Amino acid sequence: MSELNEQALAKYRNSFLREVEERVDEGEWVKMCMQCGVCAGSCPFGPHWEHSPQKIFMMIRAGKREEVLASDSMWMCTSCYNCVVRCPRKLPITTIMHGLATYAHRLGLAPKNQPTRDFSVIFWENFTRNGRANEIRLMLRLWFKDGIGAGIRKALAMKDVGLGMLRAKRMSPLEIFGGHGVKDVKGFQAMIRKAQEIEDRKRGFSK
Amino acid sequence: MATVVATNQTILVVGGGVSGMTAALEAAECGKQVVLVENTATLGGRTANLYRYFPKLCHPTCGLEINLRRLKGNRNVRVLTLAEVTAVAGTRGDFTVTVRRSPRYVNENCTACGACAEAVSAEVPNPWNYGLDKLKAAYLPHAMAYPQRYVLDPSIIGTPDAEKAKAACKYGAIDLDMKEETLELKVGAIVWATGWRPYDAARIQPYGYGRFPNVITSVEFERLADPHGPTGGKILRPSDGKEARSIAFIQCAGSRDENHLRHCSRICCMASLKQTQYVREAFGEEAQSTVYYIDIRAIDRFEDFYARVQRDPTVKFVKSKVARIAEDQTTRDPILHGVDTEGYHRYANRHDLVVLAIGMEPSVKGVDIPAEVVADSSGFIEAAADGAAVFGAGCATNALDVNRSVQNATAAALRAIQVVNRAARAES
Repeated sequence: MSELNEQALAKYRNSFLREVEERVDEGEWVKMCMQCGVCAGSCPFGPHWEHSPQKIFMMIRAGKREEVLASDSMWMCTSCYNCVVRCPRKLPITTIMHGLATYAHRLGLAPKNQPTRDFSVIFWENFTRNGRANEIRLMLRLWFKDGIGAGIRKALAMKDVGLGMLRAKRMSPLEIFGGHGVKDVKGFQAMIRKAQEIEDRKRGFSK
Repeated sequence: MATVVATNQTILVVGGGVSGMTAALEAAECGKQVVLVENTATLGGRTANLYRYFPKLCHPTCGLEINLRRLKGNRNVRVLTLAEVTAVAGTRGDFTVTVRRSPRYVNENCTACGACAEAVSAEVPNPWNYGLDKLKAAYLPHAMAYPQRYVLDPSIIGTPDAEKAKAACKYGAIDLDMKEETLELKVGAIVWATGWRPYDAARIQPYGYGRFPNVITSVEFERLADPHGPTGGKILRPSDGKEARSIAFIQCAGSRDENHLRHCSRICCMASLKQTQYVREAFGEEAQSTVYYIDIRAIDRFEDFYARVQRDPTVKFVKSKVARIAEDQTTRDPILHGVDTEGYHRYANRHDLVVLAIGMEPSVKGVDIPAEVVADSSGFIEAAADGAAVFGAGCATNALDVNRSVQNATAAALRAIQVVNRAARAES
């Protein structure tokens, strides 16, 4: 169990709803859900994940901490915002789902080998290095994350897309040696660190 | 030109539905002079369009008949139909009200014999059946219409139809030279009882009202069940005229929704429970009503009716706000998609007909009402401040059923009486 998780458990004993309200982006909206079920019925991914948003919200209120944070549902959200536009209480459901995913990841409770989670981690590392997405490195890390054999299979399956991107100059093989970045990389990284610091303070993570 | 005697001790009641009629009659029966202004051709309002009341399932014609008898026997009320208030000036105890009267083209000689309707051939959509059928352009609004006088639709004026109607009338009741009139009335107090309108169902995009013929509103369903309605009381679905036995009732269609109406419309739960009994009445044990709900709000004595409907084996309850409706393109059956929140089961349920329990929107919303009237976030009129003399009544003030509208209108009448009594004392 991660240290952050132990701290959270000690701080929010028996009140997972309060924990979510204080630590998850837009978490204070969870209590406004009236369990009508429109989000669940509107989700295009509906049948393919375990817990619908409205079920997740009910589980939060019921204090089912482990089940919520270990759920893969938040990671399945494609941000289509269908639930948000239909929600009769105007809950920012998409933001809450992403907030829950981030929080679960932070505490080390998010499901292992979840493809969206893996992609998010790879993308974040790739992008924050010098302020620009480096397509070729992103692609290679993503393809080869499950080993050489799986990587080659994936590369062959995706070769048309890759070649298309090369031809359209959307991806340069030379970027493999570091690639381009923003003008002031140091300043950019300081900005990211500052934002993280503010977020940590707001969510009660800083000591 | 109609002459209307009104003074600063007269009470003006705007709106001739059940609330306006009640406010007018309660004040008139206390000896006050009342002018009742109604913008359609008949009194009765939306109450007259109901098939039955909940929870006793009696017919609104009964309650309306009592009110109409009270009205006919009282000299203190002056009724102006086809009239609209266009301006209000002045203050408490001393208002000047401008009223615009549209021509009816039929005078007091009318005996409601119907010869004019037989003579004309043009037809107009029937507003009392929500446009589900058509009326001859010379018509009596409905069986309970008051005054019991025909109306000529303005669209036929100047056409041969109008001349045919005039020629058919044996009583000289048709007057094609009637013109729009503007009246100015002095009044002491005003009761604003302009009621409600059904929320525009087409704006609830995922439910497909207006795109799918077999998705209708609860007010339209009320007309389908009524023997005076477009189908003669048979529950037939609009697409193919087949009997609709499997009917889905969707609650909170527009209500309790920040995207549509913020408030709970209060009547829709009971209205749908009542309408399940129309289906049962029509098809017996073969009826299949399904109520899709967030929670059923049947308070105090209505709880008994809810319990009765729950015991009815032809009625099923699904705790879910339906997410969207699709249509089977060959049969035109509506298919409801959503998640049953009791157990989180995903469903795709086929029905013959969908009835949207449509929310109540105050008719004063977006309308220019006198400055001292304050509306709440839903557009309903708030309780009048101290010293005010314009009072809301009935559904203009809140989402109310008939019973509570009548209580509310009686209270408004009492407040108006206090104002004109003070005006009378000041002059004596």
